[in-house]
Amino acid sequence: MNNRKFRMFSIPYLVWMLVFTIIPLALIAFFAFTDRDTGAFTLDNIQYASKYLPVLVKSVWLAAVATVICLVISYPLAYIMSKMKLNHQRTMMMLIMLPMWMNFLLRTYAWMSILETNSGLLNKVITFFGFEPVNVMYTQGAVILGMVYNYIPYMILPLYTIMVKLDGRLIEAAQDLGCNTFNVFRKVIIPLSFPGITSGVTMTFVPAVSTFVISQMLGGPKNSLVGDLIESQFITAYNPNYGSAISLLLMVVVFICMGIFNQFDNEEMEETLK
Amino acid sequence: MKKIISALLVLTLFCVPFLASCATEFEEDGEIDLSEAVYEVEVDDVSYYAKFRDKNITLNVYNWGEYISDGSEGSVDVIGAFEEISGINVNYTNYATNEDMYTKLANDKVGQEGYSSVYDIIIPSDYMIAKMAEEGMLEELNYDNIPNIKYIDDQYRFEAFDPEGKYSVPYTWGTVGIIYNKVKLEEQGIPVEAVSTWDVFWDERFKGQILMFSNSRDAFAIGLAKLGYSLNTENHDELYEAAKIMRQQKRYVQTYVMDQIFDKMQLEEAWVAPYYAGDAVTMIDANPNLAFAYPTETFNRFIDAICIPKGSRNKEAAEAFINFLCETEVAVANCEYICYSTPHVEAKDIVLDEMEDWHRAIAYPDNETLSRSESFVNLTRDTNDLVVEEWNDIIIGIDENSRFNKALVPVAIIVSLGLIILIILMRIRRAKKLRYY
Repeated sequence: MNNRKFRMFSIPYLVWMLVFTIIPLALIAFFAFTDRDTGAFTLDNIQYASKYLPVLVKSVWLAAVATVICLVISYPLAYIMSKMKLNHQRTMMMLIMLPMWMNFLLRTYAWMSILETNSGLLNKVITFFGFEPVNVMYTQGAVILGMVYNYIPYMILPLYTIMVKLDGRLIEAAQDLGCNTFNVFRKVIIPLSFPGITSGVTMTFVPAVSTFVISQMLGGPKNSLVGDLIESQFITAYNPNYGSAISLLLMVVVFICMGIFNQFDNEEMEETLK
Repeated sequence: MKKIISALLVLTLFCVPFLASCATEFEEDGEIDLSEAVYEVEVDDVSYYAKFRDKNITLNVYNWGEYISDGSEGSVDVIGAFEEISGINVNYTNYATNEDMYTKLANDKVGQEGYSSVYDIIIPSDYMIAKMAEEGMLEELNYDNIPNIKYIDDQYRFEAFDPEGKYSVPYTWGTVGIIYNKVKLEEQGIPVEAVSTWDVFWDERFKGQILMFSNSRDAFAIGLAKLGYSLNTENHDELYEAAKIMRQQKRYVQTYVMDQIFDKMQLEEAWVAPYYAGDAVTMIDANPNLAFAYPTETFNRFIDAICIPKGSRNKEAAEAFINFLCETEVAVANCEYICYSTPHVEAKDIVLDEMEDWHRAIAYPDNETLSRSESFVNLTRDTNDLVVEEWNDIIIGIDENSRFNKALVPVAIIVSLGLIILIILMRIRRAKKLRYY
């Protein structure tokens, strides 16, 4: 009875989800399978999109690299943070959140003026110390850097929330039962923090794979990702059907990637349950 | 600890005004100083504008960024002056590209045919005017309400994009030429002649120092001009040939950009780039190491013209606004602010008098040079599709040979569907297993 009463409160979000998630998704699917002029069912758009499979593969690859880098940096950080004094934790939290107070576009724009080959801050510092200037701008490295910088807070936050809740007694118990530090980490901390890893990876990988601002600004058109392609289909080519077909393809790929990843998650969970 | 945090916070807060003052120093050029604005503008016939007074009309003007004299640095505040003289409120907004503007207006389509725009004034470029006129997105102008049309030079009024001058009144025009860094050229011992042809964008000596347009149409124009073809060619073989040389060009190009050319050339990040003559004047003013050249081949001349989108609720007031923009004093003010060339006969004379020779040569090239120019018209949809598709393939790096088999994606989709089903099945099995524990 109580349960049913509370269900009412989910209506606003359900409506929101219907209007801004379900209907747009249905529209994308509709556009992807219809002809631009006649509106009749066709597979042409999907076939056209197949040409851009290499770009899709590249986007997934770059996003995956960025996600792994994020994870490698964030995991120890989140663990160390969770063991700090409460005050220090708060300060660290603020420092992590601080860049997010500024607009995403501006942050990426700032990176441009740092990385620029001749007038960039980075090369000015490097040449000041007498080294050869480096060419970072308009490379894949710059794109990955931009992704890592922009999405790392989304990796740290879920990891940190999980780590804080991690029961210290379990670690002590493992130590008492003769686990060395490595085994404590491998058999207790990692499995327990796995939900944090999953949501962190999802929150970094999915926006990274579909970004177009970062690749446009730091990678230049030579490093176009699938997001740029979709944007150009909608804006310069006036072809929402092709654009939707590529979007659909991207969604399927992301869905599969996440599905495969979640399988690991389940296995880990099971192992801990055993 | 708390004290340290609050101290840190206070420190950050103190930094903000300091940073802000840095920012204003940096952007002094763009600052709007209202106290210096001059409001009095002399018009031909004040009574024409007076009839709109007290009718509580609001005009929505949709224009390019920094494309009207706004009263900064002692220039005329054109919109303020218009509001003052006519009593019409102006709601002014900006767009960055023709395509942005088009997409926004195309979304206002109501029913099958009728467009009903919230905007009353737009200033698109030539090819976009042709496209919008063709699709019935523009109102025909009533020239009885625009007496100042007499000041607009006929040679800009009846171009291919609007041959009868039904929909548009030219606002500015300009050309695309080559902007280059003459100091870098001297350092490398490259003669200046090298940069007065589009071939420079295929020149080994400039490798990695070239910026190219990222917009498909503008980029293809350069390839087509180098080959000696029309910029508006509908011949697909010619376009494929251009696409071929654009592919070869890729290894010389540092990056493909549009507006960023302005900053990058000024900061000397590259040696040579195609750009608009009007902006080149501003750039050379800011960095005297830069110079501008017209290529010996064909180059693009563009015209931006004022139009009224279909469905405007205040067409007469919009025409009054167009008329106001054609007032000599207003045209001079806009021309001086924007730095592009003006199609207004009297304004041109006034502006030319005050202009230095180098500036005049760039902004108003002689007729012989101008005879090599060509305006864009709207391409047929097939051709436009081809240009966009080829261009995407070029910059992304997909060429004819490496294209994937077209059957691949349907196959991939079936495979992935299979994978998804597999994953779901595995989950169900696992869920069953878990129940035993």
